[in-house]
Amino acid sequence: MPEGIPTGALEDGLLMQASFWVLVFPLVGFVVLALFGDAMKREGKADWGGYIASAMALLSFSSAAFVVSRLWKLMPVGDQGLRFAQPYLGFEWIDVADFRVPLSLLVDPLSAVMMLVVTGIGSLIHVYSTGYMHEDEDRVRFFSYMNLFLFFMLVLVLGGSLPLMFVGWEGVGLCSYLLIGFWYKKQSASDAGKKAFVVNRIGDAGLILGMIMAFTWFGTLDLVEIAENASSKPAEAWLVFGPLTLVALALFVGACGKSAQLPLHVWLPDAMEGPTPVSALIHAATMVTAGVYMVCRLAPLYAQSETAMAVVAGLGCATALVAATIAFVQTDIKKVLAYSTVSQLGYMFLAAGVGAFGVAIFHLVTHAFFKALLFLGSGSVIHAMHHEQDMRKMGGLRKHIPWTHWTFLIGTAAIAGVPLLSGFFSKDAILAAAHHHHHTVLFALGLVTALMTAFYMSRLYFLTFWGNFRGGHELEHHLHESPWSMVGVLVILAVGAIFGGYVDIPGIVAPVFRLPIEAAAHGLLVPVLATTAGLLGIAGAWYAYVKQPDLPAKVSASARGLQRALEEKWGFDLAFDWFTDKVVVGGSAGLLWKRVDAGLIDGAVNGAGTVVDAVSRAARGFQTGLVRGYALVILGGAVLVLSYLLWI
Amino acid sequence: MGASNYLLSLLLLLPLLGAVVIALAPRANVGLQKTLGMAFSLATFALSLLLVTGFEPVAEMQFVERYDWIPAYGISFHLGIDGLSLWLVILTTFLTPVALLGSWSSIEQRVKEFNVFMLLLEVGMLGVFFALDLFVFYIFWEAMLIPMYFLIGIWGHGRRIYAAVKFFLYTMAGSVLMLVAFLVLYKETGAVGFGLAELLKRPVDPGLQFWLFLAFALAFAIKVPMFPFHTWLPDAHVEAPTAGSVILAGVLLKMGGYGFLRLAMPLFPQAALEMAPWIALLAVIGIVYGALVSLVQPDMKKLVAYSSVSHLGFVMLGVAAFSTTSVTGAVYQMLNHGISTGALFLMVGMLYDRRHTRDIAEFGGLKTVMPWFAALFLMVGLSSIAVPGFNGFVGEFLILVGSWRAFPGMVIAASLGVILAAAYVLWMIQRVLYGEVTNPKNEKLPDLSPRELAVLLPLVFLAVYMGIFSPQFTRTIEPSVAALVRDVRSAGAPAHNAAALPAAADAR
Repeated sequence: MPEGIPTGALEDGLLMQASFWVLVFPLVGFVVLALFGDAMKREGKADWGGYIASAMALLSFSSAAFVVSRLWKLMPVGDQGLRFAQPYLGFEWIDVADFRVPLSLLVDPLSAVMMLVVTGIGSLIHVYSTGYMHEDEDRVRFFSYMNLFLFFMLVLVLGGSLPLMFVGWEGVGLCSYLLIGFWYKKQSASDAGKKAFVVNRIGDAGLILGMIMAFTWFGTLDLVEIAENASSKPAEAWLVFGPLTLVALALFVGACGKSAQLPLHVWLPDAMEGPTPVSALIHAATMVTAGVYMVCRLAPLYAQSETAMAVVAGLGCATALVAATIAFVQTDIKKVLAYSTVSQLGYMFLAAGVGAFGVAIFHLVTHAFFKALLFLGSGSVIHAMHHEQDMRKMGGLRKHIPWTHWTFLIGTAAIAGVPLLSGFFSKDAILAAAHHHHHTVLFALGLVTALMTAFYMSRLYFLTFWGNFRGGHELEHHLHESPWSMVGVLVILAVGAIFGGYVDIPGIVAPVFRLPIEAAAHGLLVPVLATTAGLLGIAGAWYAYVKQPDLPAKVSASARGLQRALEEKWGFDLAFDWFTDKVVVGGSAGLLWKRVDAGLIDGAVNGAGTVVDAVSRAARGFQTGLVRGYALVILGGAVLVLSYLLWI
Repeated sequence: MGASNYLLSLLLLLPLLGAVVIALAPRANVGLQKTLGMAFSLATFALSLLLVTGFEPVAEMQFVERYDWIPAYGISFHLGIDGLSLWLVILTTFLTPVALLGSWSSIEQRVKEFNVFMLLLEVGMLGVFFALDLFVFYIFWEAMLIPMYFLIGIWGHGRRIYAAVKFFLYTMAGSVLMLVAFLVLYKETGAVGFGLAELLKRPVDPGLQFWLFLAFALAFAIKVPMFPFHTWLPDAHVEAPTAGSVILAGVLLKMGGYGFLRLAMPLFPQAALEMAPWIALLAVIGIVYGALVSLVQPDMKKLVAYSSVSHLGFVMLGVAAFSTTSVTGAVYQMLNHGISTGALFLMVGMLYDRRHTRDIAEFGGLKTVMPWFAALFLMVGLSSIAVPGFNGFVGEFLILVGSWRAFPGMVIAASLGVILAAAYVLWMIQRVLYGEVTNPKNEKLPDLSPRELAVLLPLVFLAVYMGIFSPQFTRTIEPSVAALVRDVRSAGAPAHNAAALPAAADAR
C-alpha cells in the first residue's frame, strides 16, 4: 500500500443490510420456481416463471444500485483512499482450529462495479428471455436456473474471502452446466455441459491448491487481509518461486478454467449448445469474466510477482491471438462470438498482466455490454431464422430485421474499436498500457489481434446482414423481427455499448488495487495505430465479403493446410478428446480395472484362497480314516525320531 | 442426570429388545414385523438425540458407564462417547430406519429375519463406537460381521454367497491379527486389563509398537478399505441388498478410520507417526485409483463402490496428516460420505426395484419420465462431487488444508480426485438421466413414491444443511480431536527425534 492513502472499513447498517438483499432476491426466485415450477406448468401459467424471475433480478438490481449509491455517499468527497464495507451474516461457514471462514461480504468500488454489471445486464437478459424462451415448455426450469445463476454470480463478486468466492465460483459453474445442458435430450448439449464442468474442475483444483497455500503462508483467506498481507511482503523477481508466485500461479489455473484461457478454453465454444440468452449472460458478460475479476481482486498479490504477471500477460496475449485466428473460419454465428469472447478475455488478462488492472476491469465492463448485445442480437437473428445458426444460409437480413440489424451494427463497431464507441476506449487503454510499460511484443500482438477482431466481426456482420438471402424462399417468407421484449433490450444494450466508454472505470476501481496510481498514458501514437488496425480490418472484411464475395474461397483453396488447421481449432479439442478417451477412460478400463484390480489385486486375494484350498485338499488326503494307515505313519515317525536320537 | 447415566446401555438394549420382540412376532404377520423394526429403530434414533442435546463440547468422555465383567482379567463393560464418536453414533441410529424404510417393499423373503439382523447389526455398530475397553470393542467388532454376512448371503443378488464369504474372510483375516495384537498388548503392559484409559498410560516399547501398529493398521485398512485391500468392497456392495449397501457404506466403512483414531494411533503413537507417510501414500493412491476405476464401471453400484474407495482415501489422508484441522475434516467427511453415498445406494436401489438392473447402459433419458428422481439424484451427486454448499466440500477442504503442512505433494496428487469425481458422477448422471428415452422399458417408469421421497428428503436436507452449518457439528468434534492430536504428538515424538518428524511441530 503506498503511503498516505487512507483505508478503512465502513460501518453502515443500511449498506450492510442492503448488500444481503442483493443476494436474497434471486435466491428466493430460484426456490419459488424450483418448488412451484411443476404447478405453474400444470396450470398453464408457465409465463409466470419469466415474470417472477425477471422481477427478482430487477429487485436485486435496485438493491445493488442502492448499495452503490450509499457507498458513494459515504465516501468523503475528494477522498482518494479505499473505503469498503464487510457485511457479516453473523455466523461462520467453517470454523475448525485456526481455519475460519465467516459468512461475510466485501463491498468496495470493485465489487460495486461488478455487482451493477451482473445485476444490470442480468436483469436485461432475464427480460429478453421472457420473449426468447416464450415457446419452450420447460421455461420455468430455465428461469429457475437463471435466478440461481444470478445468486451464485453475486456470491462470487461479493464474497469476502476466497472460500466464499469459491462457493460462487463453483455455483456459477454448476448453473452453467445445467443451462448448457438445458435441452438435455440432445446428446451434444449434455456432452457440452459435462465438458464445461469437468474442464472447469481442472481449474478449480488449482484454485483449491492456491487457497490452501495462501492459507498456509498468509494465515488468512480474507480478501482484504490477503491484499494487505501481500503488499507488505517483498516482491518476487522473475523466476523466483516464492509463496506469492506459487499462490498467484495456482489461483491463475483456476482463472484459466473459468475464463477459458489456453489450454482450458475448449469448453467455451461447446457451451454454445445452451440457449442464446445463457451464452450472452454466462458465457460472455458475467461468469467467464470471473477469472479476470479474481486476478484484479488480488492485484496486490499478483503485482508482487514478476513471474505471475508475465504468465498472466503472456497467456492472455496468446489466447487473444489464437482464438481470433479460429474465429476466422467459423460458420456458426454463435461460434464466432464464442471464440471472440475467448479472445477478448485474453485481452483482459493481457491488461492485468502488464499491471493495468483497472483497465482490465474497464474492458470487462465495456465487453459485457457489447458482447451481450452481440449475443442477444445473434439470438434475435436465430429467432428470425427459425433456429438456423449457419451464416452460410443467412445474408441480406438488414432489410428484414432492421432493429436487430442496427443494434448489431453498433455492437460490431464497438468491438472493432471504431472511435468514440465503448470498445475503442477500453481497447485503446489496454494497448496504451502495454506500450507504456515497454512490452513491445505484447503491444504488437495486441495490435494484430485488434485488426483480426475487426476483420472476423465484420465478416460475421456482412455475411449475416448484407448480400442476398441464402436460406431459401420458404424461410425468407417467414423472416420476422423479434418482439419488443427482445428488441427493447437490444436498444438499451446498444446505448451502453456506445456510451459505456465514457465512465471512468479505471479511476473508480483504482484504490482497490493498492498500487501507486500512474497517470494515464497520453499520446496520439496508440489511438491512431489502434484505429487504423480496426478500420483496416473492417475494410478488409468489406472487400472480401461484399465487394469480392468469391475471394475467401480462392484464398482458402490456396492455403489448404492453414484452413484445415484453423477448422480443427489448432488441434486443442482433438488432443483433449484423445487424452480423455484413450488415456483416462481407456487406461482405467483396460489397465487399472481389468489388469490391476481384477487381475493383480483380486487375483492375489483369490489366489490366497486357492492356495489354502489346495493345501487343505492335500492335507485331507492324510485324513483317510484308516486306522492301520495312521498306525503306519506313527510307526514311521517313531522310527525316524528314534534313529535321529540314536544317531546323535 | 438420571436416565443419562444409562443412556448408552439403553441405546444398546433398545434395538436388542426390538430384535427379540420381532423374533417372537407371528411369522405370518409380515406387516407387524416391518412396523416393529421401524418403530424400534426410530425410537433408538429419538433416544440417541438425547446424546446431542446433553453433549458438552469438551474433550472428555461423556455418558460414561462402567460395569465389572471379568474382573480376573481386568475386563469391564466400559462405555462412553466423545467428539470422535458422537456423530458416528447419530449417523448409525439415523441410517438404520432410513435403510429399513428404503427396503420396505423390496425385501419380500424372510422379512422377520431381515428386521432382526438389521437391529442386531445396529447393536454391534453402536457397541463399537461406545466401547472403551478393548475386549468389549473386539466383541462388538466381530458381532457386527455376523448380521452383515447374513444380510449379504440371504437377501443378496446372484453371486451373494461368494461375496458374503469374501467379505467375512477378508475382514476376519484383519481382525484375527488385531486380536493377537490385543493379547500381546495385554501382556506387555503388565496384564492390568483391557481398559483403553489404563493402556494409554503404559507406553509400549517402540520396537514392539511397530508390529502391533501394523496388525491394527491392517485390520482397519481392510475395513476402510484402503488400496490395495479394497477388492472385497465392490463385490460385497454389488451383491448386497440396498439396506446392506447403505449400512455397509454408511457406517461399516467408518469403522476403519474410527479404529485408527480411537485405538491404533493413541496406543502406538511413535509407530503411527512413523508410518503416517505410508498411510498417506496408500490413501492418495486410493483417491486417484478409486476414482479412475469408478469412471469406467458399467454397473452403477460398482461405480458407487469404487467412488467410496476414493472418498475414504480422503478420510485416510486426513487421518494420516494428523493435524486438528485434517482429522476434524476426516471425521466430518466420514459423516458426509455416510449421507451422500447412502443416498446414492438408495437411489440406485430404487432404480433396481423398478427395472431389476443396475446396468448404466439400460437407462437414459430418465429425467423425462422421473423428474423428481432426476432432481434428487443430481443433488446427491453434487454432494458426492463436493460442490461447495453441500457437505462434501467442507470435509474435503478441511482435510486438504489440514494435510498440506505434513504432505504437500500428496495434497497436490489428491486434488486429481477432485477433478475425477466430477467426471465419474456427471458421466453417470448424463447416461442415466439425459438424452431421449431409448429403451422402451423405461418409458413408463413411475416417479418417486411418497415413501421413497420420505427416505431421500432427509438425506438431501442433511447434505445441504451440513454444507452450510458445519460449525454446529465440528464444534463438538474438534475438542476431542485437538486433545487426541496433542497427546499423540507429544507421546509420539520423543525429544531426540522431534525434528525428524516432518509435521511434529505443527499440531494445528
